[in-house]
Amino acid sequence: MQNRFFKLAAPLFAVVAALLVSALFIMTAGRDPWLIYQKMFSMTFGSDYGTGQIVFRTTSLILTGLAVAIPFKVKLFNIGGEGQVLAGAFAAAAVGILLPPQTPPLAAIAICSLSAMIAGSAVALLAGWLKVRFGVNEVISTIMLNFVVQAFAGYLLTWHLAVPSTVHTPEIIETAQIPMFDSIIGIWRKSPANLSTLFALAACLVTWIMVFKTIGGYEMRAAGLQPEAARYGGINANAHILRAMAAGGAMAGLASTNLVLGYKHFYEAGLTSGIGFIGIAVALLAYAHPLWIIASALLFGFLEYGGLTVNAYVPKDIFMMVQAVTILMVLVLTKTMRRA
Amino acid sequence: MKRSAEETNILSLSGVSKQFGELWANKDISLEISSGSIHAIVGENGAGKSTLTKMIYGLLTPTSGSISVRGQSVRFTSPRQAITAGIGMVHQHFMLIPDLTATENIVLGDEGSTLFAPLKKKEAARRIQSIAENHGLVIDPGALISELSVGEEQRVEILKLLYREAEILILDEPTAVLTPSETEQLFTTLKSLRKEGKTVILITHKLDEVLSVSDMVSVMRRGRIVATEPTGSVTKSDLAHLMVGRNVLLRVENPPEEPGEVVLKVSHAGFMDVKGRQRLNNLSFEVKAGEIYGIAGVEGNGQNELLTLLWGMAEPGCMISGSVTVNNIPLGDRNSAEVASIGVSLVPEDRLKHAVISDFPVDNNLIFGRHREKKFHRFAGFNAKAVMDYTNTMVDQYDIRYDMQSNPPLSNLSGGNQQKIVLAREIDRPGLKLLILAQPTRGVDIGAIEMIHKKIIEARDKGVAILLISAELDEIISLSSRIGCMYKGSIRHEFSMEEVRKGRSCAQDFEKEVGMFIT
Repeated sequence: MQNRFFKLAAPLFAVVAALLVSALFIMTAGRDPWLIYQKMFSMTFGSDYGTGQIVFRTTSLILTGLAVAIPFKVKLFNIGGEGQVLAGAFAAAAVGILLPPQTPPLAAIAICSLSAMIAGSAVALLAGWLKVRFGVNEVISTIMLNFVVQAFAGYLLTWHLAVPSTVHTPEIIETAQIPMFDSIIGIWRKSPANLSTLFALAACLVTWIMVFKTIGGYEMRAAGLQPEAARYGGINANAHILRAMAAGGAMAGLASTNLVLGYKHFYEAGLTSGIGFIGIAVALLAYAHPLWIIASALLFGFLEYGGLTVNAYVPKDIFMMVQAVTILMVLVLTKTMRRA
Repeated sequence: MKRSAEETNILSLSGVSKQFGELWANKDISLEISSGSIHAIVGENGAGKSTLTKMIYGLLTPTSGSISVRGQSVRFTSPRQAITAGIGMVHQHFMLIPDLTATENIVLGDEGSTLFAPLKKKEAARRIQSIAENHGLVIDPGALISELSVGEEQRVEILKLLYREAEILILDEPTAVLTPSETEQLFTTLKSLRKEGKTVILITHKLDEVLSVSDMVSVMRRGRIVATEPTGSVTKSDLAHLMVGRNVLLRVENPPEEPGEVVLKVSHAGFMDVKGRQRLNNLSFEVKAGEIYGIAGVEGNGQNELLTLLWGMAEPGCMISGSVTVNNIPLGDRNSAEVASIGVSLVPEDRLKHAVISDFPVDNNLIFGRHREKKFHRFAGFNAKAVMDYTNTMVDQYDIRYDMQSNPPLSNLSGGNQQKIVLAREIDRPGLKLLILAQPTRGVDIGAIEMIHKKIIEARDKGVAILLISAELDEIISLSSRIGCMYKGSIRHEFSMEEVRKGRSCAQDFEKEVGMFIT
């Protein structure tokens, strides 16, 4: 009971503490923190457009959060979300350009999304395979693969796919574009929020069911908690490592649909802007629980966009600090709690 | 000649209590330990023995009450202070550094020189040698700890205390890891220490040992001391009664068995591990349906490798020869799930590491390893009702005690209840033909042992072939139909059904006879 209460209280306490710390920094920047926070709220949740921006960012972060959370269930730390999103984004754009323009809308979206998931999955699976076959630490291999993917995508973009004298590809076919909420039900006007958000929420639900309600999920959690015992119980831990990495990579790949199919409609250099890394923080704050990730992603989405809205008064880096301090606080709190 | 209490009582506790959260681990403990005696403290797991010793040794501080050494009131906040006061402790799990020599380990923390001065190793070694000779603690001071046997490691631990001139020695379950002959050697040492005026506090749950070596015995139950008596005036069953709080059958009723067909047949099995050491050597034996085949042996004589072989867990790179069949089906390269599927169950030795997921609740653990059985399934998930019904049945049948309301993780349950869960799950396996039990009552309290033994006999009478591997000769003798003595990877001697039945009537002599074949 105590435990459960603490699990909920720790992240909340961490967020409040982080906001207080950043208030100090806002003051040293010569601004009134109260005014800044007020302004931030009115320009984010207080406005239709701002809310849409947050929803858009939250969508990506939910998926990159899941990309970390799923492998975490088998005690693997997937740091490669960034590379996996990138691979997904590139695949979605490339397929979206190459599809014949008369492809029906649902089919086009499905094909592009699947390609993105397969690309993200493949990158993650490579790290999983290195782990199972050669015992390579997945933290190192996923980080390294980030560079590989980035460089390879950069090469393909510059030499083969970019529209001359730009750093982006041509637009994907119209039927592969995921509609904005604005154009369908007229909310969150002009904001990039699109129907990918539904993908993200569905992904959370599916992951939750897979992990906590299925026999495979039971085996996977057992293998993550006690690999040795799992072996005695006839569970193939290696298969679960591969499966979890593949699923995580697929989630990261899916995150790219929000960016490519839903918003930009092309691939450009720097498109992913670190959302893979923020996904790590999102997952940590939510204790890698697939449903809590929604709340955690919302907080980070808010801080990300909120930082931009007040960038004219205080550097947005302060809000990156809030994110980092929050994570540190959660880690410290859970550790001290374990010891007590 | 009558001496005053301050003179004879080297350690006294009065009204000592320790509280952890809501729980009183120790409550109102008063104890007088007289100088130059061997004082045994017995009690079941969780009775509060460890908490008590940790307070005496300064690892924990009492919530209330007072401790005094030689009549002086003390309040230790760290073991260092306890050591200065002449108290030393040998923990159940040794605190030695494997890459250092015996001498280096013994002087560690008491080097007698400053940080940059040369270490007087020769002098230390000489002193250790003389202490060792006085007390029959034979070791090579220059040997690396990693090269020593468990018994030798324990001697190093005791020497460590004597080197620091400890007057009070606390030994926590010292015989758990020893062979019968090593145990006797240890007791000789303890008696020689007593002669020299040292005081020994012996924590144990083995009642025979208490009776054979101690002067006084205190019994703990649920955090309290329920009796302190001179050992001469109590019997084994008195102690068991005090520990559990009710009458217990120390030896389970074992009606005659009627063995059937051969179920497990191991013939000429050989096992060479990855490092090229021959662990099993031409090992052959059979287990019939409806009998319990006991394998007696000191740990490390191939029992683990035998289990590995039977459960399909051999690492790649091991050389395996010979054959193993269950009901004439060769096990071959089957993995554990495939072995289980032909009706084999295993209760592994290290329960927490291999048999359960300690963070999972009871119901999840009761299906662990059997979660692929169709009866628990519904679509891709579990059938909550089937699992719940099964859980309730098992909890009832095996008297598994836990707080069902909060459904806690398994790690919150006592060792006995954890083991009951594992046993329930494995005995209940549909189509069970062979049950393999490794140290089935290790770390389990007396009350639970009684029930576990009963369930094993019950399974035997239903026609299950049972292979029992245990380091407790007592257990082997009281349960087995036949006994194989395992030594250096093969069966050195086998006692027939008649011999075991006869031996059971004069167990102590029979224990010695079995003991001869395993050392």
